[in-house]
Amino acid sequence: MATAVGAVIGMDSNLALQLIIQGLLLGGIYGLIAMGLSLIFGVMGVINFAHGQMMVIAMYVSYWIFVLLGVDPYLSLVIVAAVIFVLGYLIQSAVVNRILDYPEAMQVLPLVSMGLILENLALLLWGPDHRSPQTALSLEALWIGPVMIDVSRLIAFVLAIFITVLIFIFLKKTNIGKCIRAASDNRTGAILVGINVNRIYNASFALGAATTAAAGVLLLPIMPISPYMGHDFTLIAFVVVILGGMGNLIGALVGGLILGVAESASTLFLPATLKHVVSFSILIIIMLFRPQGIFGGKS
Amino acid sequence: MKRVYLLLVGVFAILMALPLFLDNYALGIFVMIFFWAYVGQSWNVLTGYTGHISLGHALYIGIGAYASTYLAQTFGLSPWFGMLIGAIIAVIIALFLGFLGFRFGIRGVYFVIMTIAFAEITRLIVSHVEALGSFSGIFLDFNPSFWNFQFRGNIPYYYISFGFMLASLIAVRIIEVSKLGRFIIAIREDEEAAQALGVNTFKYNMIAIAISAFMTSLAGAFYANYIFYLHPNSLFGIALSIELILRPIVGGLGTLFGPIIGSFILTPLSEISRAYFAKGGLEGLHLILYGILAILVVLFMPKGIIVYVKRILKPILNPKREKP
Amino acid sequence: MSILSADQLTKNFGGLTAVESLSFELGKREILGLIGPNGAGKTTVFNCISGFLRPDEGEILFEGKSLSGLQPHQICHLGMARTFQIVKPFLTISVLDNVMVGALSKENSTAKAKKAAMEIIEFVGLSEMAHIEAQGLPLPLRKRLELARALATQPKILLLDEVMAGLNPTEVDELINLIKAVNRQGMSIFLIEHVMQGIMALSQRVIVINYGVKIAEGTPEEVVNDKEVIEAYLGKEFLIAQGQ
Repeated sequence: MATAVGAVIGMDSNLALQLIIQGLLLGGIYGLIAMGLSLIFGVMGVINFAHGQMMVIAMYVSYWIFVLLGVDPYLSLVIVAAVIFVLGYLIQSAVVNRILDYPEAMQVLPLVSMGLILENLALLLWGPDHRSPQTALSLEALWIGPVMIDVSRLIAFVLAIFITVLIFIFLKKTNIGKCIRAASDNRTGAILVGINVNRIYNASFALGAATTAAAGVLLLPIMPISPYMGHDFTLIAFVVVILGGMGNLIGALVGGLILGVAESASTLFLPATLKHVVSFSILIIIMLFRPQGIFGGKS
Repeated sequence: MKRVYLLLVGVFAILMALPLFLDNYALGIFVMIFFWAYVGQSWNVLTGYTGHISLGHALYIGIGAYASTYLAQTFGLSPWFGMLIGAIIAVIIALFLGFLGFRFGIRGVYFVIMTIAFAEITRLIVSHVEALGSFSGIFLDFNPSFWNFQFRGNIPYYYISFGFMLASLIAVRIIEVSKLGRFIIAIREDEEAAQALGVNTFKYNMIAIAISAFMTSLAGAFYANYIFYLHPNSLFGIALSIELILRPIVGGLGTLFGPIIGSFILTPLSEISRAYFAKGGLEGLHLILYGILAILVVLFMPKGIIVYVKRILKPILNPKREKP
Repeated sequence: MSILSADQLTKNFGGLTAVESLSFELGKREILGLIGPNGAGKTTVFNCISGFLRPDEGEILFEGKSLSGLQPHQICHLGMARTFQIVKPFLTISVLDNVMVGALSKENSTAKAKKAAMEIIEFVGLSEMAHIEAQGLPLPLRKRLELARALATQPKILLLDEVMAGLNPTEVDELINLIKAVNRQGMSIFLIEHVMQGIMALSQRVIVINYGVKIAEGTPEEVVNDKEVIEAYLGKEFLIAQGQ
């Protein structure tokens, strides 16, 4: 009798551990998506309501490269990110640049509309059905001790951290990175020292887009794509960014990990389809009681 | 009599007489024109006049639709009464949202996100409630009668929806010139300055969100009994929230006729292009056009189309006499 | 009998003490000036008095009643109105509509409020602009609008925060006359100013603060010649150069 109970508890705690680890790994991707959003907000003060949809486009591009050219998403990641970088650059110079000084109400609509356009473009081009690419590693799993881990999540996590580190180095060490940080701290000051602020803004938005594109590519082996999933991820990005602090890049990563774990853990006592209720409730609570996020960010 | 009133009376008369001349399909378009104008007007009260942007107004439409339908199906309560109960529920939830937002100083984009979060949470919860149809949604039976709020043909819907639009126009006009309206506009312009002038901004913010939620949820009940199908994704989803803000913004945010003008322009466009493109298998194209139009309007006509309408009508309505 | 008094008013922001143990009294129908170098804490004092900030210590009494815990709109209803250092007009509505918001805090009827507002608009000399959108006004007129709006709330005390900043000497003179007229009608006025012309012409008494602490109090002439005040504004080197 005792052994039976012990076995059950033992299994539950393994299950819990597994869920937490799987959630943590997914959280790396959440962090990456959120970092893109945070970067855009930190530099320009604009909330990219089309963030999730840009990620979805990246996922489709990567999907088609895989299906038509046989190139595994992990290998095409850089190319996809570059494509979305260009897309982001265009969106920024055509639309976002013009609305930077607008009151917030008027900033929301163009970006929401952009999201609408991208989402329906995906719908138009590729139909409403879910697609799941069978990449080499998407179904593989690994046993580490008592816990089973999806290889795709593990790789995604490692690459997400790697890309995050790359971006940090880029911002801290390169000239463009320094210009971006300057422009985000003080626009006028940046202009006065000769920084072409418009081009920096374009680059920042594009970089934010590319970051979220990378996250999307990493996500591809893990979950099926559909044109409508964009705004769920925009909302996840919001939760993470508010959790970690608007404009705070480390906060985005850590926030992503926390959210990944929280969502995963919630499936222990809630049906999986309700897990976003947990995320959004966290969002509301943080906004009420610690709006600057765990690590403090811009307002 | 002032010329602008003559113009309005003329338009009113034409719209009242239209059902004599139009077929059912065309009337259907007008039903939606008036519907979206009404909903846009309701949203305008909170966002256009008070300045708090809501991207989660679908929440109230959903509440109105589900409440009146549930009460009708379970208790046989006429939607004419069910909609009032739904509106009360909507107001309570709106006041809760408002309390959290206004008490805790959540403003700007954070407020937007909160409105989205509220709608999303509700959508997810309703998707899991058996009594409300869960993931499959609810189909309404067609039992046309006045008390069932269901009618054969579009003519009754036309007049009801026209009535709603008219009522909202009058209501918002009354608010606009009253103390309430002036205070909420002051809040929109500068909340701190308003406080220094004696405006209890918390109270007036709450009143504004309550009125907005009340009005919006009535539309939900109408919608349920016009479309005959409820699904949490379509009634609480962000697509609906986005759809309902497009017309007032395109028409003119914070203006009396903005939502109406916006609806008269966008709704026929939407209905016709949707039908046209759906036939060609080009689903979603009309939303792409929507998106492009919305972006163009914000970039080039941020105050809305009403500015141009006024400019065109000015010489007709207010001819200036030349001074010798 | 003072109409407004503060006792040991203290306000901290994190580690910084913006206002420290400040005490003062504003007499009925008096014009009291508050001066000090930039960053001395003057606007913080106003924010504490008018309910926009909660003082950490100390008491503020308005006509003998404590203002502790009251919100700005409640304090306005008690009879205190303020202007802001950076003017805050309601930009997209007319001058008349702007002033009516103030008037409506005392009048419930829109018609009566309109009448009261027009009277005040005339008083401050903005009649010709009554139907113009506030964003069409140049700065000096925006300052008058700010004053008119505050007056429309029928206050007993007026807190004026640097109303003369950015005005040329003629505009300053006009505003001085306006404020004198307001005072003649029985209004007590608490005035933050950098423009010395204004302080000298208007104040019956002046308080000087520096780094949140009161360093002098007296008539304008007394204060202007006070060593500590001169040092606060111009630095020790100036005094040394003057041979003091």
